[in-house]
Amino acid sequence: MTRNDEGLSVHAVSYRYGAKTALDEVSFDVAPGRFAALLGPNGAGKSTLFALLTRLFTTPTGRIRIAGHDIARAPRAALARMGVVFQSPTLDLDLTIRQNLRYFAALHGLSGRDAERRIDAALARLDIAERAGERTRDLNGGHRRRTEIARALVHAPAVLLLDEPTVGLDAAARASITDHAHRLCAEDGLTVLWATHLTDEVRDDDRLVILHRGQIRADGEAGALRGPSGLTDYFLAETGVDPAVPPGPAA
Amino acid sequence: MSPYITALRAIVLREALRFVHQRERFLAALVRPLVWLLVFAAGFRAALGLSIQPPYQTYISYETYIVPGLCGMVLLFNAMQSSLSLVYDRETGAMRLLLTAPLPRAWLLFCKLLGATAIGILQVYAFLAIAALFGVDTTPSGYVAVLPALALAGLMLGALGLALSSLVRQLENFAGVMNFVIFPMFFLSSALYPLWKMAESSALLRNICAANPFTHAVELIRFALYAQWNGMAFLWVLLALGAFMALALWGYDPARGLVRSKG
Repeated sequence: MTRNDEGLSVHAVSYRYGAKTALDEVSFDVAPGRFAALLGPNGAGKSTLFALLTRLFTTPTGRIRIAGHDIARAPRAALARMGVVFQSPTLDLDLTIRQNLRYFAALHGLSGRDAERRIDAALARLDIAERAGERTRDLNGGHRRRTEIARALVHAPAVLLLDEPTVGLDAAARASITDHAHRLCAEDGLTVLWATHLTDEVRDDDRLVILHRGQIRADGEAGALRGPSGLTDYFLAETGVDPAVPPGPAA
Repeated sequence: MSPYITALRAIVLREALRFVHQRERFLAALVRPLVWLLVFAAGFRAALGLSIQPPYQTYISYETYIVPGLCGMVLLFNAMQSSLSLVYDRETGAMRLLLTAPLPRAWLLFCKLLGATAIGILQVYAFLAIAALFGVDTTPSGYVAVLPALALAGLMLGALGLALSSLVRQLENFAGVMNFVIFPMFFLSSALYPLWKMAESSALLRNICAANPFTHAVELIRFALYAQWNGMAFLWVLLALGAFMALALWGYDPARGLVRSKG
């Protein structure tokens, strides 16, 4: 198995909603252990791409490989190696943090002591171990997000996908979540794909993929791509969309 | 433990927990058929004389007649409510979480269905217990024999709800579907009146009732409540279960694009 087989690979993926093209021949690779930011304005096709990556729906064109598994041919093997944080919240608010993670663990076939051990480790990783018994309804937005990231780690995935995980969070919580995700990559060797429309969440040594109107506009190291101008200006030049202007409610 | 069973247990448990957290839903599930039984039936017993027909061996009161239909009603409402929650889950993303589990999608949907059915059966037994307090009861063997009938009817109606939830795109549209599904299914069935009585008014309506899978679910329950077997009803319900399940699986096929998104 080559190194690339453990990362994430998207090759010539297209998707249409009726007559509207949402993704047009999208290709990029994320090497194992890399943090890749998928940057695009609202409506760029990020959520469609995420739906394809997580097999919520499938497309006959193109190929997606997660940790070496083709999602069309071996969907369950691919899903087993993938952790996902969806844009819309998916916690059961009536349950505690631990109960939410237990439910998820069971969906991945984990139960009993093994599941508890993994849950403890995931919660510790996101610094929310001491709150495990609290109902998620009582948590603030930042902690709910952290819970969802911890949950996505319970089955020890190789690839972590996050679809605009900072939407609706205040600046401090946003910085904290962004930092947590970068550390998962640097310290635990996870391959991370982080979708966002906010340029300040991207660091210079991140891999940067810019998606606009269903097409890849730029792909490379963020620091090198942006050059002497700031990332915001670079993004503006590539897409014509100003990321500083609040885009209204997230799609 | 097999990952299939682990997931099944968790999904059923989650459905149960969710139900426990919604006390109003349980209350509504009980009050609804009781109102029919204690108020509607009391008014109608005078208007409707029911002669002897299987599985009854003697003249029966109207209350006795509509109990199986009300059991069906409890299952029907429960099935539609749980599929309503599926549409809601899909909009909030909880459905995405479920469908990204590394198990066959058909199994995950079946687990959901089983969880909803189990809750429906609990509601029916709670209703039957209260009906018995008011003197509308059956034999102990009937209470046991009705369990598999309730399970099959519950699965069939749940599969219908599942199919609807996959085909209806938005929550708002779903309220309409409830009206177009629950009311016709309930009134165009043998739940409130025997088919021969319906035939006296209209042969066409009688035929529609006879084709309605809900009629057969009710008849299956009716016979089972007296520990009797109704093969015809059983076959119809089984057939409808197969058809609705196939429709649901088609509806949730990832190649069709389940969650239409804007971005």
